[in-house]
Amino acid sequence: MFEVLAIISTWSIPVAIAGILTTGLWKKVPIYETFIDGAKDGFDTAISIIPHLVGMLVAVEIFRDSGALGTLIGIISPLLVFFHIPAEVVPLALLRPISGAGSTAVMTHIFTQYGPDSFLGKLASIMQGSTDTTLYVLTVYFGSVGIRQYRHALAVGLMSDVVGIITSVTIAHALFG
Amino acid sequence: MVNYIWGGMILLGLFMSAVNGSLDKINQSIFNGAKTGVTISFTMISFLVLWMGLMKIAEDAGLLAAFAKLMKPVVRFLFPEVPPNHPALGYILSNMSANLLGLGNAATPMGLKAMKELQEINANKKVASRSMITFLVLNTSGLTFIPTTIIGYRIAAGSNNPVEIVGATLLATITSTSVAIFLDRIFHRFSRSGEGR
Repeated sequence: MFEVLAIISTWSIPVAIAGILTTGLWKKVPIYETFIDGAKDGFDTAISIIPHLVGMLVAVEIFRDSGALGTLIGIISPLLVFFHIPAEVVPLALLRPISGAGSTAVMTHIFTQYGPDSFLGKLASIMQGSTDTTLYVLTVYFGSVGIRQYRHALAVGLMSDVVGIITSVTIAHALFG
Repeated sequence: MVNYIWGGMILLGLFMSAVNGSLDKINQSIFNGAKTGVTISFTMISFLVLWMGLMKIAEDAGLLAAFAKLMKPVVRFLFPEVPPNHPALGYILSNMSANLLGLGNAATPMGLKAMKELQEINANKKVASRSMITFLVLNTSGLTFIPTTIIGYRIAAGSNNPVEIVGATLLATITSTSVAIFLDRIFHRFSRSGEGR
């Protein structure tokens, strides 16, 4: 099982790239020119996330360095112990449904503090990668067509975030613990 | 809500550091946070430029459309009330394909088109239909095969093995998405609203 996961991890991206390029050539797509065309969007996307990252990282640094984060974690720690969630990833778990950029900032902070290859770094990556920003998605998607009543969408979204976070912790312990 | 969280973190932090007399340290934290934000964004340019370029090739070569076709049985199961061959299904599939590849930014435009199509066949324009809820639940539970953005951040942070987490993420996302689909069905069954079910 673990070997299979390791193989998927190593092979997925090279296979994806090879597959995309081969299909492009097969379908006579001018692959290099198309690549350049699409790649320009990547630059714009990276630039557009700067305000989000700066804003959230400043807030996270203030919140952490002031000792406010430690106080908050202390209050909810019994719950965390119950689910074996390390205190360091709690801000990530709390922010994930609310702000994608905010939780990304927390993940980045864990990377700089403990390293991306540490247990905490890997756990943060899994948590971040296996869930999405529920509130943002609901607001943008429903907002775009004028839906006012979300019915059970928010409840199911938040419940699946909780499941995703607990599952991430369990899997991280099993694979990297 | 994000406004309160963001403001709350800053104001609570400033208040606490004023109380325990660590404001000089906080001044340093503010500038460190801002600098880190810019540094990370610039490091990520390399990865985003590469992947967005490749995705454009995939789109023009018809790979996204082919992947969508492959997934058709799954979508028939998930969205039983959308008529077969309705354009909504095509957009839903494109959005899911982009999400499966971990391309949040590429997925959003297709997702918005899917919502527009679903709204066309929605009986009550103010209330979310069953298909809309299922579609958004799938999006929020973050079903992903390759978490490309996360890998990008791991590269930016200097990881020795940035793709190491792919398998574990896949396992976690399959679990949480399955639970989300299950919960969606349960809630739908016990839902009282008659419109757009």
